[in-house]
Amino acid sequence: MPHDHHDDNPHSLLPSEPALRVKALETILAEKGLVDPAALDAIIDLYAHEIGPQIGASLVAKAWVDDGFRAGLLADANTVITQLGHGGRQGEHVVVVENSPDTHNMVVCTLCSCYPWPLLGIPPGWYKSDAYHARAVREPRAVLAEFGVTLADGMDEAALAALVTRDSMIGTGLPRAPGAST
Amino acid sequence: MPFAAPWHAAAFAMTVHLHERGLFTWPDWAAALGRALAADEKAGRLDGSDDYYRAWIAALQELLAANGVAGAPEIETVMKEWKAAYLATPHGEPVRLAAR
Repeated sequence: MPHDHHDDNPHSLLPSEPALRVKALETILAEKGLVDPAALDAIIDLYAHEIGPQIGASLVAKAWVDDGFRAGLLADANTVITQLGHGGRQGEHVVVVENSPDTHNMVVCTLCSCYPWPLLGIPPGWYKSDAYHARAVREPRAVLAEFGVTLADGMDEAALAALVTRDSMIGTGLPRAPGAST
Repeated sequence: MPFAAPWHAAAFAMTVHLHERGLFTWPDWAAALGRALAADEKAGRLDGSDDYYRAWIAALQELLAANGVAGAPEIETVMKEWKAAYLATPHGEPVRLAAR
């Protein structure tokens, strides 16, 4: 019979050490008038529901259909995203780079996991792990492979031929993406 | 929800709020977080979740101490008060700090 701690511990479940520390900080900062609990809830709600990768996606889509916008974004991303109201905290020094048939960009911050919050929201845990920091630099292709991404420049003719479907040659389909399951 | 635990979200929101209120500049914050992460990375591997936000809290505490807002002893005292409140509150009832 598994031990059920609720039976012999009738008090509330004790939060973890860091969770207690955060509660203590909230208490102290609220008592000193530095933090307004309602404002904290509003910030969490904003980053949980409104600021996320859909904002970055809308800029990418606009760059795809509007060459002038794309050129401006590549030349001076900060000016463009500030004009659109997506600048601000953690979005002060954004550089936009473009993938092409012979260039695939992969972003990593090995210092403090900086990330363009106003465009992509809160980063996923793996982006902040030191495994990603170290391996993205040392063996980027191995990391990409774990994400299911294989770049075509590393593929021989047989592997490339495997991407070409009958329907893609008729024109009623598209070739398979490299790394996609066949 | 982009936060793995409620305390991650709370630590994040406090930092953003204090920056909005002008307690520290964003470059000061980024430098403090970078220092805390570098110290943790020397001590062992970072999983990017709990231990990232542990470093986050360490950076926040550093800035609070540097600005004279709260030092480690005061924070430890209030943590003990919260712990006592949890242990004294029956399961299922709201946990409140005793009058301070």
